[in-house]
Amino acid sequence: MEVSMTVNGSPRTDSVEPRLLLVHYLREVAGLTGTNIGCDTSSCGACTVLVDGESVKSCTMLALQADGAEITTIEGLADGDELHPMQEAFREHHGLQCGYCTPGMVMAAVSLLKEIPDPTEAQVREGLEGNLCRCTGYHNIVQAILAAAKAPARAAS
Amino acid sequence: MTAVEAAPRAGGVLGTRLRRREDPALLTGEARFVADLQVPGTLHAAFARSSVAHARIAAVDLSVARSMPGVVAAYSGADLSDEWSPLPCAWPVTADMKSPVHLPLAVGKVNYVGDALAVVVATSEYAARDAADAVVVDYEPLPAVVDLEDALSDRVVIHEDLGTNSSYTWELNPDQGAVDSAFAAAAHVVSARYVQQRLIPAAMEPRGVLVVPQPFGGDYTIYSATQIPHILKVMLALTAGVEETRLRVVAPSVGGGFGSKLNVYAEEVAALVLARKLRAPVRWVEERSEGAQSTIQGRGQVQHIELAAAADGRVTAVRVRLIADMGAYLQLVTPGVPLLGAFLYSGVYDVPAYSFSCTAVFTNKTPTDAYRGAGRPEATYAIERAMDALAAEVGVEPVEIRRRNFIPPEAFPYSSVAGLVYDSGNFVGALDKAVGLAGYEQLRADQARRREAGDRVQLGIGVSSYFEMCGLAPSRVLASLNYSAGGWEAATVRVLPTGKVQVVTGTAPHGQGHETSWAMIAADRLGISPEDVDVLHSDTAIAPYGMDTYGSRSLAVGGTAVHLATERVLDKARSIAAHQLEVAEEDLDYAAGAFSVRGTPEKAMPLAGIAFEAFTAHNLPEGMEPNLEASTHWDPPNFTFPFGTHIAVVEVDTETGAVRLVRYIAVDDCGNQVNPLIVEGQIHGGIVQGAAQALWEDAAYDADGNLLSASLMDYLVPSAAEVPSFETGSTVTPSPTNPLGVKGVGEAGTIGSAPAVLNAVVDALSPFGVPDITMPATPERVWRAIREAQEARK
Amino acid sequence: MIPAPFEYCRPTSVEEALGMLGEGGEDAKLLAGGHSLLPLMKLRLAAPSLLVDIGRLRELSYVRDAGDALRIGALTRHRDVETDPLVAEHAPLLAHVAGQVGDPQVRHRGTIGGSIAHGDPASDLPAAALALGATFEVVGPGGSKRSIAAGDFFQGFLETSLAPGEILTEIVVPKATGAGWSFQKFNRRAQDWAIVGVAAVRNGSTGIGLVNMGSVPLRATAVEEALAGGASVEEAAAHAADGLAPPADLNASPEYRAHLARVLVRRALEEASSRHG
Repeated sequence: MEVSMTVNGSPRTDSVEPRLLLVHYLREVAGLTGTNIGCDTSSCGACTVLVDGESVKSCTMLALQADGAEITTIEGLADGDELHPMQEAFREHHGLQCGYCTPGMVMAAVSLLKEIPDPTEAQVREGLEGNLCRCTGYHNIVQAILAAAKAPARAAS
Repeated sequence: MTAVEAAPRAGGVLGTRLRRREDPALLTGEARFVADLQVPGTLHAAFARSSVAHARIAAVDLSVARSMPGVVAAYSGADLSDEWSPLPCAWPVTADMKSPVHLPLAVGKVNYVGDALAVVVATSEYAARDAADAVVVDYEPLPAVVDLEDALSDRVVIHEDLGTNSSYTWELNPDQGAVDSAFAAAAHVVSARYVQQRLIPAAMEPRGVLVVPQPFGGDYTIYSATQIPHILKVMLALTAGVEETRLRVVAPSVGGGFGSKLNVYAEEVAALVLARKLRAPVRWVEERSEGAQSTIQGRGQVQHIELAAAADGRVTAVRVRLIADMGAYLQLVTPGVPLLGAFLYSGVYDVPAYSFSCTAVFTNKTPTDAYRGAGRPEATYAIERAMDALAAEVGVEPVEIRRRNFIPPEAFPYSSVAGLVYDSGNFVGALDKAVGLAGYEQLRADQARRREAGDRVQLGIGVSSYFEMCGLAPSRVLASLNYSAGGWEAATVRVLPTGKVQVVTGTAPHGQGHETSWAMIAADRLGISPEDVDVLHSDTAIAPYGMDTYGSRSLAVGGTAVHLATERVLDKARSIAAHQLEVAEEDLDYAAGAFSVRGTPEKAMPLAGIAFEAFTAHNLPEGMEPNLEASTHWDPPNFTFPFGTHIAVVEVDTETGAVRLVRYIAVDDCGNQVNPLIVEGQIHGGIVQGAAQALWEDAAYDADGNLLSASLMDYLVPSAAEVPSFETGSTVTPSPTNPLGVKGVGEAGTIGSAPAVLNAVVDALSPFGVPDITMPATPERVWRAIREAQEARK
Repeated sequence: MIPAPFEYCRPTSVEEALGMLGEGGEDAKLLAGGHSLLPLMKLRLAAPSLLVDIGRLRELSYVRDAGDALRIGALTRHRDVETDPLVAEHAPLLAHVAGQVGDPQVRHRGTIGGSIAHGDPASDLPAAALALGATFEVVGPGGSKRSIAAGDFFQGFLETSLAPGEILTEIVVPKATGAGWSFQKFNRRAQDWAIVGVAAVRNGSTGIGLVNMGSVPLRATAVEEALAGGASVEEAAAHAADGLAPPADLNASPEYRAHLARVLVRRALEEASSRHG
């Protein structure tokens, strides 16, 4: 079936099998492999992307369900060579090690700050309940998000 | 030796919190993991796996699978048995160790749920998965062996040709008489049985492999999500029967390992064999639930530990008996894992007598192998839990019992009763600092107040003073333990004609930040910016020699190799500079990337200029080879021994049994720190993995050998919402084992934290008289323990 | 894991959806946010032949003030229920519970109707609906309409009184403005399903819904009756597991669940009383 959506600002139309998951569409059809797959039970959040500006686990959505939507993946976050403030904060605070959960974690964090622009530590931690990281122990991820919230350039934008 | 704060060395880059160069690619999605690689014409493999724990295979019917759309081929184990040799086990710990034949695809019999028995290759991943589901297997079920003590009984023997479920018994018994007399004379004896539940390493990136053949050249490039590209190349050559010169192994971006990617897996061998057979690129990417069963698991031990102590609580002997769960087969280093703990059951304590024995058994479960800490967390858990039990027995504080038994700082280098020489340590220094950071007295006062008030939510404070052996390892020591490989590491440093520096390392980072740290090591010595140093790794065509990354070895061995190769480059540069400046080498100073003549600083040659001279080779000292490059293969003289004290604070809801980790204080000493930012990150992540063993994670099997927690829905890897921020500190006691004075930090956090958290839980419950909780301390277990203790008191 | 193949259609109205669902027959399934169904399909525990994607029927996404009740469109997402001012004012329990479902990503996609129609005993929203005495509006083939009380809706494990071809369109929640309320969700990780959950509303009478205490979402009738008979909170809560057969799984035995239900019901009632306007 035909599906059309805007991915990182570029409209595209493709023919897909109905069962094709959004994450596979993004990775294999659109060639955007930055969005990772870490589980098969909607548990880990590695595949988090923004659908119409909100965080969604792209492994739990059919590509067809995104018809007409605006999708932002990790590849669409930076502005040219300039990292998005959230990416910058993750780097500054060593909020990543192996980097596999990172794209999903960053997208979840961007969505979180849209909803709660100035969160407490507890709100950040609860807001990340759907994203698992095995390397960092979350300490520096939380620090990065708290710092991004304070950054002059709005990290949620 | 005294504890000192980690501080950047004046003028140098070592010890600074340099931001990681790895990050931009990882933060923007540009980094390429195996599953991201796209090669035209790639075929996708999917495996059919046993759904039963123990059975004879009566028949494997591939006819439906073969007929499905997109399917190129389907094979059973029997179809491919001429294509490969059994998977390797590189650690035959005893001469009489029993090791079953372990083929990439099972033939005749399956021995655990998840045992691969057929493979389907198709033009898409979806088609391959559909077809693998359509493989029909006719099983003749056999009783499953799940429990370790039951396995020992040989009631059902899994590998009939071996005649027993016991793989080996390994003993370390330097002086049995001393142990016996210590127990006979003991004023206090603590005897405990602890269960190390199985854990799933759960690196966030599942495993994956892509083999790209060149059908007319006979060469294969293997891209694998592995920690060990170098070892894998050797082992693939041996198991798949391909000349090593025809293999190139690349570990691209690798998303964590924790030991789970320190192996030679069936799927890697199968992908190579299939690519050879089908003359096409073949890719396999693991699914999470598949990996829970087919990737190695960690821990899996029953520990019996006994302490003998004098009236004042001084430990006089430690006796340990282990049963270790090998799972259904021996993977690469499965049998050796308990041995890595065997030397550590006396902990940080001055123990005069020691006896250890381990019996390893086969069960109908996923094979175990090295998981973050590998043997050392188990040992540390046992001794640190037992020390708390001893404290209770003697009637002193947990902190006090440790102080009374620590090896004193002045005793280093210290020859341990288990036969190791500990390089350096200041255990009391780390303890004092942790106690200070925690506000220990205040915590105890708060605890007393809650106890007195009979609060529903009680406070628990747990202390763990750990240490571990890492920097794996002196090759001769590995030989004495029958490990089949060495423990050296290789490095090459070259200064290119433009003055930029390339470091080639045999380590294989997968999150540890070696590109940043190795650049810092070389740059610091060369007096240049780390930005001018590039680090190459994880590709056997670029870095032909290496022993890879595991066992907290990379910095102490690989980082030291980089340092030594840099020294050699400088030596050569010095010779060239002396030759061209026409002075003696001794008259040259080296600073800020240039040699200058002492007393005449305007006579100078920058490193870049020397490199260009070495490149043109127009005017080199007589007999000197061109180019500015040097290599080392460094074999360390000893292990390194990081240590520290961790303090966990938990709140236990005594009504529901819920445990909340509210504070965590960690003081770690890993010797000199190259990059404290990275050190802290390693500690943070390690703490959560250890706390997860204490509170959440459990690879639980039912009596039929089914894994009950095969997804991340049921296997409870904690999220940010379950853990607090951490309060960390460090002391610095340099290791004399290597010129950098470094120890290693990759596993320390995990080793220290499980006992700290469990000690805290048991501490919270001490008013109820609860002596122990089996890990993980689930709410139900805590609730039951309280209830049983209350009933026992009635 | 990937779902088995299926056909897919996307109606543009409820009428069209009813038609497609009818044509699809027994193996057709409605797809709303997909956060109950797709995970089951990936595990191949569900393999519908046809998915009727009603996810964008905006006509079913709303919260309306209907005098003594709120009318909430079945396709209103958890996040929208959580943040809706009308819900916050008149059914704060529901707003709070919607904010406890799964994780933020789930709440951005999952819908209140999808969650209720799935009928999962481990799910949070059915318990809230029971506690609040909600009613579900349903349309069937040919546009026939009926109302089902929450208490009559949950029939068996993942089974509801929705007939094949019917669509849940609206959740009607009696206003509980100023009522005391509490939701006690007990789990080991924030993102997990409740091991046991208790939703309670005290507004003169008391409504209590239980999560994961049986094969269906349940009302704690024994507790409600005890309270109505004048029992204290403490006494009434002791009846929380009376007559129930809670499930056994990795996280809890039936015995422990029964204990948790008693503790959590007591806590819920205490908190609801303390909140009582």
